[in-house]
Amino acid sequence: MEIVTRPHARNLVRWAKDRPEVVVLSADLTASCEADEFRDAYPDRFFSLGMAEQNLMGFAAGLAREGFTPFLHTFGVFLTRRPYDQLAMSVCYPNLPVRLLGFLPGVTTPGGVTHQATDDVALMRALPNMTVLECGDATEVESVLDVAQAVRGPVYVRMLRGEVPRLFTADEPMQLGKARVLSADGELTLLTAGICTEEALRTTVALASRGIRVRHLHLSTLKPFDDPAVLDALLRPGLGVITLENHSIVGGLGSAAAEVMAEAGVGRPLVRLGLRDTFAHGASKAYLLKKYGLDAWALTQAIEAMVGRSSGLAPEDLAQVHLTPVHSASKAEAL
Amino acid sequence: MTDLDPQRLAQRIRRRVLDHTIRNGGGYLSQACSSAEILATLYGRVMRLGDSVAPMVPGPFQGVPGPHNPHAHTGSGYNGPKAPELDRFFFSPVHYSLVLYSVLIETGRMAPEGLAQFNQDGSTVELIGAEHSPGIEVTAGSLAQTLSQAGGVALARRLKGDTGRTWIFMSDGEFQEGQTWEALQALAYWKLDRVGVYVDVNGYQCDGKMDGIMNIEPLADRCRAFGADVHEVDGHDVEALTAPTRKPPDGKPLVVLARTDPCHGIELLRDRTPKLHYLRFKTDAERKAYEAVLAAWQD
Repeated sequence: MEIVTRPHARNLVRWAKDRPEVVVLSADLTASCEADEFRDAYPDRFFSLGMAEQNLMGFAAGLAREGFTPFLHTFGVFLTRRPYDQLAMSVCYPNLPVRLLGFLPGVTTPGGVTHQATDDVALMRALPNMTVLECGDATEVESVLDVAQAVRGPVYVRMLRGEVPRLFTADEPMQLGKARVLSADGELTLLTAGICTEEALRTTVALASRGIRVRHLHLSTLKPFDDPAVLDALLRPGLGVITLENHSIVGGLGSAAAEVMAEAGVGRPLVRLGLRDTFAHGASKAYLLKKYGLDAWALTQAIEAMVGRSSGLAPEDLAQVHLTPVHSASKAEAL
Repeated sequence: MTDLDPQRLAQRIRRRVLDHTIRNGGGYLSQACSSAEILATLYGRVMRLGDSVAPMVPGPFQGVPGPHNPHAHTGSGYNGPKAPELDRFFFSPVHYSLVLYSVLIETGRMAPEGLAQFNQDGSTVELIGAEHSPGIEVTAGSLAQTLSQAGGVALARRLKGDTGRTWIFMSDGEFQEGQTWEALQALAYWKLDRVGVYVDVNGYQCDGKMDGIMNIEPLADRCRAFGADVHEVDGHDVEALTAPTRKPPDGKPLVVLARTDPCHGIELLRDRTPKLHYLRFKTDAERKAYEAVLAAWQD
């Protein structure tokens, strides 16, 4: 599998070249959020506002009201928890086109609880007018700017940085409100987002080889939650639904699925894999995914429980699964 | 022709707020007493605004902004059109909305009938105004958010080459919020010197006298330390209020600290000290006493 280094840094420079309305606002995490190449390429469109996120929201709102499109770069925790009222009142209420690029979603950082955005999707979903996107690989990082820019109101993006795998071929960009159907048929429905999709692919590939197939969709749009393919997968889920998210099980993907199923009276089980109403702590991604039950092995066990039979797989079998970029639903079957 | 002499304008603003407070059985009267000269000076003399482009009688609320509501609007049209050479005005302490609506009426920007909609269901002339309310452009009721937003507007205007200035009216209570200081440091750092802030330093907030709630003094020194060009003036002296604006911008945001008396012009109000935030008549006798003040009023 291809690993792309700092995909956003390069892409932002390329993408913003002929878009003079695009300005970048930074809050002292410029290189950490891969905005440094933009800063060096277009210094007149880069504004450092320091560690002051409440004011950051207001400046972004003012610029947006005057026709600019501010792209805010900082960690997700500092865009959501810290200046929540400012984001709600200055940006969301007036439905302004402010783009909030939140880095370090969930347990992707060893920086500990202060740096881990584990409730950002819940907080952002609760804001009227907000669109919520999540990147799952390098292709989505490279295409999310187009998706965000086409939205008239504010957009929150869970961004990935550094060494980012390419799960999806570059010719299939992220699309607003359109999940990727990674596997069209199976005994149950599996919904995943963000970095959890890579974990899930290890599971689904390995399970398929043992005769257990699941219907698997990868979501990059978490709000609005109205993709017909997702709704169909939730309303006709087979044995049930499993969601896997790099986030609290309160208010994120699992909650969104629960809302759809409950409102439609879908009487099938829903298993939400995610942080079980707990904060996390500082450690490696692999350690935390395992500790909190967000990894391929945790998912394997959940699927086995729902289908009611064992695959005979062991954790080490999953680590050896070879992943190649997914092209479409039909090819995913052949993984 | 509307008389825009700030001194007379201020007295008419006070009178209108008093009149409305009596009719309404209550109101934000002390805010009118303290800020009348500041707003009269801004509207009557300092700000370069075009004529209102909004309806003389405000229309009903058109719904919250959103992707499916093309009718949402702001109340900025009462401050005239937006143009590169014209000034812009941002009204931060929207608990003073009754005062602002009175300013708009007394400057010929809104019909007196507009005030009949004050705090009526379905109206934009709200008790604590939001961005759809007359004269208001941002949703400022969660206090201290306006200065940052006006800073963003001023930065955008600089990028576009506008020559007009951006004025903000604030209350002193907003200097207890950290965001105000974040905004000041950013305005100074980015040298947004076409921003001018007028602060009604009346020394009172919801709970009472500010120095018994949380101290913000020495406010001038603090603002200066944050990089502003600070002028401390008598907030009821229109010449003193005007003077700082005669100097061309020189690299620093302008902050005018207008020291005011929350009972200025209505001595009867002093009996309520220190609970001045909102006047609600306790007895019929009290209402009659205010009616007597209004009956004897001279602009």
